[in-house]
Parts: sequence; structure tokens; C-alpha cells
Amino acid sequence: MTAAATVSGIGRPRLGKALPGAVWALLLLTPAFVSLASVSFYPIVNGLYLSLTNTSLITQENEFSGFSNYVQLWGDAQFWNAWWHTMWFTTASTILETAIGLGMALILCEAFKGRGLVRAAMLVPWAMPTVVTSKMFSWLFDGQNGIINYILLHAGLIDQNVNWYGSPDTAMTTIIIADVWKTTPFMALLLLTGLQTVPNSLIEAARMDGAKGWITFWYIRLPLLMPTLLIAGLFRALDAFRVFDLVYVLTGGGPADSTETLSTLSYKVLFSTLQFGYGSAVSTAMFVTEGIIALVFCLYLIRLIRRAQ
Amino acid sequence: MKDRRSPLQTIAIYLGALLILVWSGGPFIWQFSTSFQLDKALTSGSPSLIPDPFTLEHYYNTFVEKQLHRYVWNSLVVSLATTFLCLFVGSLAAFALSRLNVKGRFGILMVILSVSMFPQIALVGPLYLVATNLGLLDTYTALIITYLALGLPLVTWVLFGYFETLPREIDEAARMDGVSIPGLLWHIILPMSLPSLVTTGLLAFITAWNEFLFALAFTSNIDRQTIPVGIANFTNLYYVPWGDIAAASAVVTVPLIVLVLFFQRHIIEGLTQGGIKE
Repeated sequence: MTAAATVSGIGRPRLGKALPGAVWALLLLTPAFVSLASVSFYPIVNGLYLSLTNTSLITQENEFSGFSNYVQLWGDAQFWNAWWHTMWFTTASTILETAIGLGMALILCEAFKGRGLVRAAMLVPWAMPTVVTSKMFSWLFDGQNGIINYILLHAGLIDQNVNWYGSPDTAMTTIIIADVWKTTPFMALLLLTGLQTVPNSLIEAARMDGAKGWITFWYIRLPLLMPTLLIAGLFRALDAFRVFDLVYVLTGGGPADSTETLSTLSYKVLFSTLQFGYGSAVSTAMFVTEGIIALVFCLYLIRLIRRAQ
Repeated sequence: MKDRRSPLQTIAIYLGALLILVWSGGPFIWQFSTSFQLDKALTSGSPSLIPDPFTLEHYYNTFVEKQLHRYVWNSLVVSLATTFLCLFVGSLAAFALSRLNVKGRFGILMVILSVSMFPQIALVGPLYLVATNLGLLDTYTALIITYLALGLPLVTWVLFGYFETLPREIDEAARMDGVSIPGLLWHIILPMSLPSLVTTGLLAFITAWNEFLFALAFTSNIDRQTIPVGIANFTNLYYVPWGDIAAASAVVTVPLIVLVLFFQRHIIEGLTQGGIKE
């Protein structure tokens, strides 16, 4: 802060016309504030208000209705169905992506020929539009001509074609696989930069003392990587919780609502039934749940840091 | 470290690397190959990676029948406008936070970061009502304004991180020479930050290019719909046109992959800065 304080002197009027630094700061921050306030904060507040009304674009009503939407939500089996699916998707994909990503990062940490190529290839799933990923997975996992069925069948792992995303038993699994495919490599690259900050001297010293590979991993690398792992996990979980594109394009929430998530349910209530009041209650409930997830993660992280000190 | 590895470990590492390569590249290579195969070959029950016979039929279909180029044009307009606006607004904010004495700047940065974590589905309803009232449905403007706010947090964070690495002695020297505050940003800081501007620009571009939810809600015809919406609606009446979808996927993904590979080192650095290190 002291460095910033001395620099602030540049704002002192030089020609009489020039503005002081504080005014400049305000001026330069204004566009960003206006943008975020109008596109992010306003909708959240407005959504909160809408959730307390019976707004519908069909009946053209918008009367204040108190907490009746939330009462309805509490007893809505569809909402809880979507809520559990979203929690399951978030938990499963975050754990898988963090674990597999860590494995990939450990491999990339070693020196081998062609490492640059592997690292470059890992950005492909990340850069691809999610809609394209969904379409690609619906082709890969197609129940009739999908290559995955063909490979599994010829490897003898299944004895008849699996109707992956066409059957309520396997649809959610297929979506999780698609998400893990798309996000894990990027997770690995993030964890890799974390791993590379672990001082080599520590690992060397442990090896001198005769520690085996997995011991140095368990007692040196993993504890030092823990904060990175948790923060990456948090960001991943918050992102996974909002899943929309993948589900909407791959299954549309079906079959038989077996993949309905909070985002797809909100979208349907908002834009198919045009009940903006009730739809806003669904998305507000989602916002609250996401806040709780973030809070739990942060509290755990703080406890972990405190214990380390 | 190399000499300390046993042959078994070396084999394990190469095997692991091969697995990662197949994992990352395999599905898209199959999709790419699919785009050159006849529908007949795709449903024959004996898939082959090498297209035989080779066909460009699906590319013809996507452009002539499904008018893919119109979606591409819409996406280009929206994404480029978003990129420039993001860089402009983001660099002003990052400059103010990094170089001017802003009280509570870390608080401001945290708020900006947490905004990027809001569930977008909670924004889309109210914004739809606003867009309707302002007559902005089916316009580029609605998409660009929205995407600006979506891209801004990451752009501001990454640029802030980069500005912080530039030595403050430069500011002092410029100030001695009588450079004004906007002059400092425009003539000194920005020219020194070109690599970071390219990376953040690319990130903003990809965010806008790939966005689906708002494009789906705000646009309803091919004059304004972007690529993700176009591809999501790629269906024929009686069967799924896998080949056409694959061709469209290739057209919209290959340029992105080339760009990303070209700038890969900067991207990883930039994102790590924005998402994790602080």
C-alpha cells in the first residue's frame, strides 16, 4: 500500500486542468462498475424481488405474493429432484476432475520427450465450445452407432449396446463423463503450476534420506499442494454447479427427468412456462445453495491455513 | 532427475503421457474424421478412422443448407466487439486498481471475482425482461453488453496481475516528465503489456464465442443467433445428421484450437494468475 500511496502523487494538478488522482481512479473504475452493476448485481436483486411476485408473461400478472413461491418450491418434487441431481453432478465431477487432474499433473511434472505436445493437446477440450462437446459426446456415446459402444463391445466389456444417454440409468453418468473429459486436462494444468512451486530441494533432500516416490508425494508434495488443490476444487465446484449447456444439449434434462439440473429446470420454468416469478424463486434458491457451498469451502480452507500456522 | 528413474517408471510415465494424449485429442480426431465420412459408412457397424470414401458432402450441407456462415458472422461480430470492450474497460479498471491509490482495492478485486461465480441462470430472467423493455431482443447489442460483464472479471484480474509486475520506477520517471494519468496508461503501461493484452483478449474472445445460455434466451432467428445456438439446433426431421454436426464442429473449433495452441504458454500463465494464485 505504501508504494501505491507514493504513486498516487502523479494525480496532483500540473497544468491546472489536470484532475487529482482520486477523481481519475473513480473515473476509470466507473465503466467496469456500471457494467457489473447492471448485468450482474441488478438482475440478482431484481430476481429476488420477482421471486416474491406471481409475475407471469402469459397472464401478464405481477402482483406481490409474499413467500408463496418459496412455499410452493419447498413442496415441489421436481425442484428437489433437480437439486439432488445438481449436487450429485457437482460432487462427482469435482472429485473425479481433481483426482484425475492431479494424476495428470504428476505425470507432466516429470521430464519426457514430447511433453510440449501433450501439454498443448490438453488445451483442446478446454477451448472447444461446450455445445460442440455435447454434440460430440452424443455421437461418441450414441446407442446404435457410437464408437464407445463399438470399442467396449469388441473389448468384451459389455455384451450388448448400452443406450448411454437414452436411458435414465446411465444418462447422468454420460454427462459426468463428458464434463470430466472437458475439464480435467485444464484442471491438471492448473495443478501443474502449483506442483512446480514445490521446491525441488525439498524433494531432493527427502530422496537423500531414502524416501520412496510415494512417500515424498504423500508427505511433501500433497500437503504443499493442498491450498491450490482446494481453491481449484472450489472454483470447479462452483462452475459445475451451474452446469447448463452440456445437459441442455445432450439430454435436455431427460429421459424421464433423470438428468434435470437446477439450471435446466430454471430455464424451462422461465422460458417455456414463462412463470418469471416462480422461475426466479428456483434460481434464487440455486444462488443460495451456491453461496453455502462457497462458504463451506472457504471455512474449511481458513481452518486448514490456521492449523498450518 | 532422469538418471534416478527405473526403466519401469520410465515406461509408466510414457504410458501415462500417451493416455493423456489420447484422452485430450482422441474424441476430436474421431469427430474430425467423422466429418469426412458418408452417412452410410458411419452407420455401417464397422467404424474406421480413415474416411473411405472421402467426402466433403457434410461441409457442403452445413454451409449451403444450414447456412453455417451466417452464424459464424454473428459470432464474429459479437465476440470481436466483446473482446475490444472487455480490454478497454478492463484495462482502465486494472490500471486504476494497480496504479492509483484506490482504497480497499483488494476488497474491490474480491467482489469482481465473486461476481464471476454468480449462477448465470439467475441473471438471465431479469435481463430478458430488461432487454424486452428496451427492445434489445434479437440484437447484437444485448449479447455484447452481457458478454462484457461476463468477461470483465477475468480480464481485470489477469491485467491487474500483469500491471503489478511492471516496475513502479517507470511511473515515477513518467511523472517527472510531466505525463498525465491517461498518458501513463496509454503511452507507457499498455504498450508494455501487449503480451498480456493478447492473452486476455483471447480469453474474452473464447468466452463470448462459446457462450450459449444468453444467446439462446436473447435471440430467436438466424440473423442474430451465434454458433452454439446454431449447432444446438442442428437436427433433421427423421435422423440425427452426425456428419453435418461433425463438419460444423470442425469449422468452429479448429480455428480456436490453432489460436490456443499458438498462445498456449500465455494462456496457462494468465489463467493461473486469475484463478488460483492470489
